[in-house]
Amino acid sequence: MKNVGHSIRKIDGMAVATGKPVYTEDLAMPNALVIKILRSPHAYAKITSIDVSRAESIEGVECVLTYRDVPNQRFTLAGQSYPEPSPYDRLILDQVLRYVGDEVAIIAAVDEKTAHRAMKNIKVEYEVLDPVLDFEEAIGHPSVVHPEEDLSVNFDIGLQKEMNITSASHEEVGDVEEEFKRCAVIVEDVYYPQAQAHTMMETYRSFTYLDHAGRLVVLSSTQVPFHIRRQLARALKIPASKIRVIKPRIGGGFGGKQTGAGDIFAAIVTIKTGKPALIIYDRKETFSATTSRHAMRLKVKLGADSDGIIRAIDMEVLSDTGAYGEHAPTVLSCVGHYTLPLYNKTRAVRFDGKAVYTNKMPAGAFRGYGATQGTFALESTVNKLAEQLNMDPTEIRLKNISKVGETFLTGQGVALGSTSLDRCIAKGKELISWEEKFPRQEIGDNKVRAVGMAITMQGSGIANIGTASVEIRLNDDGNFTLLTGATDMGTGCDTILTQIAADALEVPMEMIIINAGDTDTSPYDPGSYASSTTYLAGSAVIKAAEELRGKILEQGALFLGVSVEDVEFDGLAVRTLRGDKDISFAKLAELTVLGNGKLQLVGYATHGSEVSPPPYVAGFAEVEVDQETGKVDLIDYVAVIDCGTVINPALARIQAEGGIAQGIGMALYEQVRYDEIGRMATNSFMQYKIPTRKDVGKIRIAFEESFEPTGPFGAKSIGEVVANTPPPAIAHAIYNAVGVRENHLPITPEKVFLGMLK
Amino acid sequence: MQIELTVNDKVVLWEVGNDEFLADTLRSHGYLSVKKACETSCCGLCTIWIDGKSMLSCSILSLRAHGKKVTTIEGLPKEAEEFAQILSAEGAEQCGFCSPGFIMSVLAMKNELVNPTEEEIIHYLTGNLCRCTGYMGQLRAIKTYLGVA
Repeated sequence: MKNVGHSIRKIDGMAVATGKPVYTEDLAMPNALVIKILRSPHAYAKITSIDVSRAESIEGVECVLTYRDVPNQRFTLAGQSYPEPSPYDRLILDQVLRYVGDEVAIIAAVDEKTAHRAMKNIKVEYEVLDPVLDFEEAIGHPSVVHPEEDLSVNFDIGLQKEMNITSASHEEVGDVEEEFKRCAVIVEDVYYPQAQAHTMMETYRSFTYLDHAGRLVVLSSTQVPFHIRRQLARALKIPASKIRVIKPRIGGGFGGKQTGAGDIFAAIVTIKTGKPALIIYDRKETFSATTSRHAMRLKVKLGADSDGIIRAIDMEVLSDTGAYGEHAPTVLSCVGHYTLPLYNKTRAVRFDGKAVYTNKMPAGAFRGYGATQGTFALESTVNKLAEQLNMDPTEIRLKNISKVGETFLTGQGVALGSTSLDRCIAKGKELISWEEKFPRQEIGDNKVRAVGMAITMQGSGIANIGTASVEIRLNDDGNFTLLTGATDMGTGCDTILTQIAADALEVPMEMIIINAGDTDTSPYDPGSYASSTTYLAGSAVIKAAEELRGKILEQGALFLGVSVEDVEFDGLAVRTLRGDKDISFAKLAELTVLGNGKLQLVGYATHGSEVSPPPYVAGFAEVEVDQETGKVDLIDYVAVIDCGTVINPALARIQAEGGIAQGIGMALYEQVRYDEIGRMATNSFMQYKIPTRKDVGKIRIAFEESFEPTGPFGAKSIGEVVANTPPPAIAHAIYNAVGVRENHLPITPEKVFLGMLK
Repeated sequence: MQIELTVNDKVVLWEVGNDEFLADTLRSHGYLSVKKACETSCCGLCTIWIDGKSMLSCSILSLRAHGKKVTTIEGLPKEAEEFAQILSAEGAEQCGFCSPGFIMSVLAMKNELVNPTEEEIIHYLTGNLCRCTGYMGQLRAIKTYLGVA
C-alpha cells in the first residue's frame, strides 16, 4: 500500500504549527458580542432574588439572561448517540445551583471589560443549602442534589434521585462467593483514582451567528458536532434543521469536548439578540466549570487457584459524577466492560457499580472512559496476586490473558478479536530489561530503582451503537471529495481517512479533498470518541471507495463500449483488460458530470460494527525513589501496543506518547481538589500540575501489530487505550522500590514518605 | 495611549489601553498565531520575541513594547517553516495550538545555546507546555533540527 502504514505528515500540520488562523477564535467575527458567565459562589444554593437591571443599563451591555429567560426543558450536555444514557438533569440556567461555578447569569456585551462591569452589577441573593461534598457519603445524604420533578431519563439507568444515585450497573455470571471458596489464593484491596482535568491547550470556545436564512450557525471547538446540534435543539426548543454546527481545527479535547460547554450560552445570546456572539472559557472556568475524569472508589477481589489461574473477579465501584450526570452511566459500566475481558479463565465474575451526585463540578468523558480507573484497580490487584503466589507479574498475565477469537464470561458469547498482547508483554520485558531489573536495585545515595508493569485494553468504537457515514464523489475535474462527520481534534483523522481513501481508490492522496465536521454537509457521524474514528469511519471510507470504484469501472466500460468485466483500474484511468483503450478519470468525470452523462459518481457507505475489538497495551515503568524524601522520578516508560495494523506510524506513536504522559500525570502529579466548602482549589496551572517535559522521563513506544479482520486494513484503535497503564505500572514500581502500596492517586512524595514510616 | 514599535520588521503606531497586554494587542492587530492558554504565565503558548529574546506576551503590558522590536512567528516564515516541516514529519505538532509559541522558543534557543545537551534543551523549553504529545516527538524534532540526534 502506498499510504496506509506510512508516516504521512498531517494535512493540516504545517498550518497549525506555524500559527495560521484556523481555530474557532481566529475565525470569529471581530464584532461578535463577548459573553461572560456569572457563576455560583456556593456549592449548593437557591437563588432567592436576582436583579440585573443595573447591569443591563450599562452602555454596551446587550443582554443579561437569568433562569427566568431560558426554556423550561431539561437536557444533558453529554455528547452521546440518541437516546442518550445520561439523564436530562440540567437547564440552561437554573434557580438551583449545584456546584461552585454553576451558571447564574449570562452576560453579553460589546467587549470583555463591559461584560465584566455588568457582572459586578448583578445583585443576587442566595439561600445557601448544605452541600454533598464527600461522594462516599452521597447515598442517603440529607441533601438531595436533584430533587426536581422534571428530571428525566431516556431509559432505566438505575436512577434513584432521592438517594443521590445517578445510575447503577450490575453484571454477574456464575456464583462469585462459591468460586472464592474454591480458590487457593484470594487478594483484595480498595482503590481511589482521582478526578483528573483534561487541560487541553485550547480552552472551550464557541462562536455563533445567524446565517442568511436565519439559521443558527455554531462554530465550536467540539469533538461531537452532531450531538451538539441535537443538544442545542432540545435545550433551546428549536428544530435541529435550524442549526448548523461546524468544527474548525481544535486545540485538543481528550474527551472533554465530548461534553458541551459554552455552546449553549453563545447560542441563546445569538437567538435572543440576533447578533454574532463569542464565548471563550478562561483557564479557571475550564478547570472549575466544565468536566473532569470521574473520581472513583473501586473494591476489587480476585481469587486464583494455586497455579495462578484467576477464577473469580468481584468489582464494586462508586463513581462521583458531581452535580450533573454527564456520561455517568456509561463511564461506570465501561469500568467493567474494558477490564473484565482481559482475563477470561474466570468461572465467576461480578460487577456492581453506582454513580452518585455530589455538589462538585460534574465529571464527564475523559480518554479511557472508566477503563483508566478500572485498570488501575484491577491491575494493581493482579500485581498483588502475583506477589502472593510468588509468581513473576508478567508470567501471571501470560497465563491468564485472553487469546485470539476467545470469548469471556460477561461477554455474552461475543468473540474477542485479534490480539498480540502476549507479544506486547514479551517485547516490553525485553525493552525495559525486566529480567535484570525486577523487582529492585539499590543504586546508592539512599536511592533505589525498581520496575513495575500493567496491561490494559479498550474498545474500538461502540458495538451496535456507533456508526460512521462517508460519501466520496468524483468531481468534475477528476479529483475526489471525501465527506465525513469524523472530527479531527489534532489526532490526525482527516489525514488517516484520506490515506485509507487513497489506497482504497488507488489514487494519490493529493487528489482527495477531505471535508469534515460540518453538520450541513457531512454525513452523520457521532464524532471522535470511544476510540471509533479509524475503526468505524475508516471502514466506512473503504466501503464508500469500493462502491465508487465499481461505478467508475461501470461508467468507464460504458464509454469504452465494452462490458464491465473487461475493464480495470490503471493509474488514473479505466483501461480495457486487453490494454487497447482507456479513459482517464478526468475525462470520465467530465463526461458523467457534464453534458450527456448526467450522473455524478458517488460512493456512499454507513458502517457500524457488531463487535468492538480491543486494542491492548503492555506498560512497563522504571522509577527511582529517594528513600529519604519519598520523591519519585520516572526514569523510563515502555509501552508496547497492539492497535492492529498501524495506519500512520508517526501519528500513532505521538498518540501513544501523549496518552502515556497523561497517564503519568494521573499517577504522580495531577488531582482536582476542593476546599472544605466545595470550592475548587486547583483552578490554574499554578495549583494543578500537568507534567512538563522534565517530569515524564523517557517514554518509549513499540508496536506489535495484529490483524483485526473487522477493521480497515486490519486496524483497531489507539486513542484511549494508551492512557491506562501508567497509574498501575508506576504504583507497582513504587511498591517494588520501597514497599509502599499507595492506592490513592496521585502518588505524591509525601504519601510515599508517610508510607515508608509505617 | 499611543506606542510605536517594530513588529516583524514593520514600524507601527498603535493605540493601546494602559492595562492591555501585548498578546491581546497583537491578536487584535491580526497576529493570530499568538495563542493564550493559562492566564498565569505558565504555558508558554503566547511566546514571542522582544528584541530577539523570547518572552511571554500575555504578561507584558503593551506599553512596555514601546520602542521595542517585536517578532511573532509570522515574522520568521523561513525559519518557522523549516522547523515546522521537521516537527510535523514527527507528527509532533498534534493539535498545533501550542506549536507557534513552542517554535518561537526553539528558534530562540537555537540562537542562544551552542551545541546544547539533551538536558539543556529540556531545561530551556520547560515553560512550553503541551498536553497532546508527551514531549518525546518534540525532542526528536529538535535534535534533528539542531543536528545533534
